[in-house]
Amino acid sequence: MHDSAQDDVTTMTFEAFADTILPGEKRFPGDVTVAGVAVGGGAVASGAVAVLRTDEGGMAPALDNLAEALNGHAGGYAAERGLSLDPAVPPFVALSFADRTELVARLTAPTHPERDIWVSVAMFSTIAFDAAAHLHTVDALADGHPGMTTMGFKPPEADGLWRFPEFSYGRQLARPHPDTTPSGSPA
Amino acid sequence: MTAIESTDVVVVGSGFGGAITAYHLAAGGARVVVLERGPWLTGQDFDQDFKFGSSSTRAFDFTIGDGMSVLAGNCVGGGSVVYFAAMPRAPRFVFERHGSIGRRMWPAAISRDTLEPWYDRVAEALPVTRQDWSDVPYAGGLWAAACHHAGRTANPVPVAIDNERCVNCNWMMSGCRFDAKRSLLLNYLPAAIAHGARIRPLHEAQRLERSDDGGYRLHYTVVDDVDYRVEVGGGAIDAKVVVLAAGAGATPVILQRSADTLGPMPAAVGRYFSGNGERLNTAVIDEDRVREVLGLSRSDGVPYEAYQIGKGPCVATWDRLDGSLPEYLRYSLEQLYFPPGFGTILAQVPDATGPTWFGAEKKELLRHWKSWLTIFTMSEDDNEGVFGPPPPTGNAVRVSQQMLGRGALRYRPTENTLRGWAASDAEVRDILERDGLARVMPWTNDVVGAYTVHPLASCRIGDDPATSALDDRHELRGHPGIFVTDGSAVPGALTVNPAMTIAALAERAVPAIVEAARQRGVAVRYGAPAPDGATAARDAVLPLVAGRAGR
Repeated sequence: MHDSAQDDVTTMTFEAFADTILPGEKRFPGDVTVAGVAVGGGAVASGAVAVLRTDEGGMAPALDNLAEALNGHAGGYAAERGLSLDPAVPPFVALSFADRTELVARLTAPTHPERDIWVSVAMFSTIAFDAAAHLHTVDALADGHPGMTTMGFKPPEADGLWRFPEFSYGRQLARPHPDTTPSGSPA
Repeated sequence: MTAIESTDVVVVGSGFGGAITAYHLAAGGARVVVLERGPWLTGQDFDQDFKFGSSSTRAFDFTIGDGMSVLAGNCVGGGSVVYFAAMPRAPRFVFERHGSIGRRMWPAAISRDTLEPWYDRVAEALPVTRQDWSDVPYAGGLWAAACHHAGRTANPVPVAIDNERCVNCNWMMSGCRFDAKRSLLLNYLPAAIAHGARIRPLHEAQRLERSDDGGYRLHYTVVDDVDYRVEVGGGAIDAKVVVLAAGAGATPVILQRSADTLGPMPAAVGRYFSGNGERLNTAVIDEDRVREVLGLSRSDGVPYEAYQIGKGPCVATWDRLDGSLPEYLRYSLEQLYFPPGFGTILAQVPDATGPTWFGAEKKELLRHWKSWLTIFTMSEDDNEGVFGPPPPTGNAVRVSQQMLGRGALRYRPTENTLRGWAASDAEVRDILERDGLARVMPWTNDVVGAYTVHPLASCRIGDDPATSALDDRHELRGHPGIFVTDGSAVPGALTVNPAMTIAALAERAVPAIVEAARQRGVAVRYGAPAPDGATAARDAVLPLVAGRAGR
């Protein structure tokens, strides 16, 4: 059965996680999942949750359970630090950006038993920002995808294909190794 | 019950090790079937697109291990379709390396000199050509100028690229839709097909057993063409000779899984894996300093801002490829492009006050992406990698429909490997931070372990049965008629891009495979010309095989 309340918790939790990986500015007044510590759109505005929910990515069936696990970690972290969390939002969302960052660092540390999972979520968050993996790249750039636009990824030519006719300084810029063989290889 | 198909030679994998052997065997008269676990893509199938499901995820496997992650081709043509086509020959000292075993780890029969005629065969076949400085994109030019400024030499690397067709779009890791990259789809594979070889995409080899007639039976599954996690069929094929060329991340896994039916494997199967000593550094270039210090400027007046433009790695400094230097301190430093989606997460923030690979400072680093320059170290590691028990199928438990999986490779870099990486990091910093040209940080190994795009040595040739799975003819010890011709056969790190050496070793292995097939009654003879009919390099090796392989 579709559970929209669970969907909301899962979406909010992973938005807060993705915003910790590559943060953005708040999308609207009262945006609680995006902490708003950076200028311009971050992983959330770039589509991190959409990427996590793609069939292709393989993470979608596990997301509800992972959100629950992440919120469990957040609750434990808050108890350890003596933090009181706003009960109106999921525990991870209720953490400050600094605390979200500290918790993500712990969960992805080389010694953490669940690191594979949280590294995977971090990878998908990053891929949303730098590659818009849920969209055709041509469309993402045409629509001003926040991540790829921030990076300055150049758009294609009019036919939708990338070509760079200007590509070279066009002159010798170093002395080749004196032992280079006739095939152009090292000796 | 379905009849079991029968052939003379079954080849597993269609990259350099598979395509080269398949061509020569088919051209020589053998019936050849090639099983390739990835899809069969050509020309227009190669998308300039990062969307999941485009060729950039269809044709690649990224397998996360314990301490080492491996990026490898997964399509007809294998690595040749998705690689950057840099094709240097390995330096002379590489063949004299001792590595972790305290004595020369290459077979006595192989040196740079004895491999040279086989390198020549590959160079003629693809072909491989030198590049002029006018072919070198901005990023390579910048690296060359920085090396020169720091008193180093730098070389345009030889490549298997048709520069007349190349548009410098830097999408070549998704496959080249302009047919400028001279992948195996354009030479060995069509020639093999012309001689009757049959290529079966989406066929994943699982295990081998002996057949009643003294040959081998290979069991395979057929995977869905979109969701590689889904098995849609399967079968078996009998062959007199087996050529395994599934890649260094997969060949040893097939053999491990076959131990129950074939009998014990040599101890070196699934051991001595090398990541080619690979290491990446990302520099963020100060555009003003590029103009002021190096005097570089594009025609539009911008000094650089050209990370996205080009054709992968085009310039390397080989000053440390000096045989008189101590082992583990010899490496090449090559300018490289890594597209979005393939490792951005691993680039670290210089002088970070918080996390180095994620967070607000990482986003600022990405804001300067146009001014990135990635430098690729290929050094001498210690063959530290060991494969654990194989997964139920394939070489990984697939997480995503395509590309992402988790494998059983464990890699803990030794002090030797770490020392080489530290020395190369310091040298990159010395070259690029000089006079304020850039800030430089290595990629982190704390997220997915070390990262290699050139897996090697997991089923290697050698003279010592204790430390090599294959003899110097690439035949699996204790299992006559099984040959391994991919990167797993290379004994260790090469300090340069390995494709040229993998291909040359495959060329060199062919006469022995032909000989083994003849002994099993196959009417096959060695001596095919290059795929386009060129004969100079073929004629040069014929005296080396006189009296063998039907010559």
